[in-house]
Amino acid sequence: MKSEHLLEVLDLKTSFYTFEGVARAVNGVSYYLDKGETLGIVGESGCGKSVTASSVMRILPEPPGKIEGGTILFDNQDLTKLSQKQMRRIRGGRIAMIFQEPMTSLNPVFTIGNQISEMFILHKGMSRREAMEASADMLDRVQIPAPKARVHEYPHQLSGGMRQRAMIAMALACEPEILIADEPTTALDVTVQAQILDIMLKLKEDTGTAIQMITHDLGVIAETSNRIVVMYAGKVVEEAGTVELFTKTLHPYTRGLLASIPLLGSRSAGTQQSLSEIKGTVPSLFEIPSGCAFRQRCKHAMKICAEREPELEQVGSGHAVRCWLHIPQEKR
Amino acid sequence: MATYIIRRLLQGIIVLLAVSTVCFVMFRYTGDPVLMLAGKYATQEEREHVRHVYGLDRPVHEQYISFLGGVLQGDFGKSYVSQIDALDMILERFPATFELASTAIMISFIFGVGLGVVVSVWPSGWLSRTIMAGSLFGISIPTFLIGILLVMFFSVYIEIFPSFGRGDTVQIGFWRTGLLTASGWQHILLPALTLSGYQLAVLIRLTRAGMRETLSEEYIKTAKAKGLSPAKVVLKHALRNVMIPVVTITGLSFGELIAFSIVTETIFQWPGMGNLLLTSIFETDQPIIVTYIMLAACIILTINILVDVLYAFLNPRIRYD
Ligand SMILES: Nc1ncnc2c1ncn2[C@@H]1O[C@H](COP(=O)(O)OP(=O)(O)O)[C@@H](O)[C@H]1O
Ligand code: SF4
Ligand SMILES: [Mg+2]
Repeated sequence: MKSEHLLEVLDLKTSFYTFEGVARAVNGVSYYLDKGETLGIVGESGCGKSVTASSVMRILPEPPGKIEGGTILFDNQDLTKLSQKQMRRIRGGRIAMIFQEPMTSLNPVFTIGNQISEMFILHKGMSRREAMEASADMLDRVQIPAPKARVHEYPHQLSGGMRQRAMIAMALACEPEILIADEPTTALDVTVQAQILDIMLKLKEDTGTAIQMITHDLGVIAETSNRIVVMYAGKVVEEAGTVELFTKTLHPYTRGLLASIPLLGSRSAGTQQSLSEIKGTVPSLFEIPSGCAFRQRCKHAMKICAEREPELEQVGSGHAVRCWLHIPQEKR
Repeated sequence: MATYIIRRLLQGIIVLLAVSTVCFVMFRYTGDPVLMLAGKYATQEEREHVRHVYGLDRPVHEQYISFLGGVLQGDFGKSYVSQIDALDMILERFPATFELASTAIMISFIFGVGLGVVVSVWPSGWLSRTIMAGSLFGISIPTFLIGILLVMFFSVYIEIFPSFGRGDTVQIGFWRTGLLTASGWQHILLPALTLSGYQLAVLIRLTRAGMRETLSEEYIKTAKAKGLSPAKVVLKHALRNVMIPVVTITGLSFGELIAFSIVTETIFQWPGMGNLLLTSIFETDQPIIVTYIMLAACIILTINILVDVLYAFLNPRIRYD
């Protein structure tokens, strides 16, 4: 299969088979990522962002997780069809990922150098010694002071920000084509957040890596991403270029997200505000309402919103929205 | 680290002093060694003589001080029965027990960790179910029963392993080893299996529990996301973390196996310290019993310190300073 994009996810469906029933965490998500661009994926916690990323990486816990449908096109291959063995050649080397919790994402019993070295040894066939030197270089590139000494340190000897830098160094070690960053700054202090984003974007410029930046905070990606995909309850509800999304916001959910971006400096360091502008909470995957999944929290909910689910409607170039308000009468 | 070890050694010496005091008190006030030494039918005169020769007529504190003085010089007195130096008698038996316990701990460590990993990687297969059922069996049935069942099957029924003794041994310096002869290996297998049974079962369960917890950690997801093979993820990233508690428990139980292999040694007529202890208890041979207790305490203390050092080595987050 061919795709004009670097990565193209089409109608991805991922579910978890739990005791309470089948949780359709990702329910028909489509998006694409082009070479060298930064794509933001936003949505409240629990809307399926991480599951989407794990599906692309094929590192879902199986069971209970399962990719039930859709295609993930990368380099003319459908990643959902690859064996784990074939997938391992892509994972880490060509598509890398970093996670939310720098405190727990590094293995506590191996040195930083050992853990970064693994990437070079595995994907570049380097010797242990070469890999260690390359690791020190990477630490230098993520602006960790005294990298030659740091490679011999253990994760607990580094601060949260330093650990996340080490994670970035590890992920970008083999100059992957795609970096999936899953809430890379959420667990960090506000001041450190900006530094980490800076480092990521600078390295991205050097390596030409495309970034899929996952966050629940639109503020984090406002200045950094080219396009933004908004997710709600396992589906894409709006998609647009960043400027367009901020200036011509259409979906009531996206408006809520925008309104809840804290003004710079208004939040105390380290604490996260809840989305005060959107009333109610994300419905559990077992209680998603009929029709529009957002209707119980939506100020504009109409009769049709409870009856049928809106499709994702193209409303302009590169701008799509899933809301009855923006679907013309004749299509209803 | 060095200061930590020195502190632990000092603590160990205090513990040993306490143990020796307890030994002294216990044996001065329970049973009458004179009865044992002079025989049931000795005259009053003969008894007085024995009492005097062994210094049992001196005041208690004097006896205690001379006992302690002896202990400090490694002199635990002579066996009442054989009149041979008690420490020498025990040390002669030590290699047999040490080899038995080492073999047992190797068996339980290798198979305990190995099977524990199998069970956690393929949790729902028939093999894992069998292993888990077996481990429950190993934990619940007493050591002597394991021993008797093994003897019944391997020695009596299919007759491939002998049921008693140590087989041919080779003397190397002060150490008499059975691990250099085929017959020695044949003889050690059943008792070592018996002794390892409980520990093996514990280690399977400990490894499984540790693996379960570790495999759901974030850093395992990171390791997978790097493109590492499942073998590398499990055997490097997960197992190394699981090893921290497993090695600690194994090390601690090693001391216990050495010190308390009495039951197994008795079943298999293994010529080790445990067997000697049991005979000495029947004969109220107090010097041997005291020496055994002191030696057991020494071994357990030493191993505890070694385990602490190993723990710090395995767990970079721990530094004793
Ligand atoms: N291991 C799992 N077992 C069962 N359900 C899961 C599991 N992981 C995720 N889910 C479900 O998937 C939904 C989406 O999760 P996730 O993608 O992590 O959300 P987020 O957008 O915050 O990253 C969650 O609400 C949860 O119900
Ligand atoms: S479809 Fe209806 S309920 Fe859903 S967001 Fe649009 S207006 Fe609100
Ligand atoms: Mg998430």
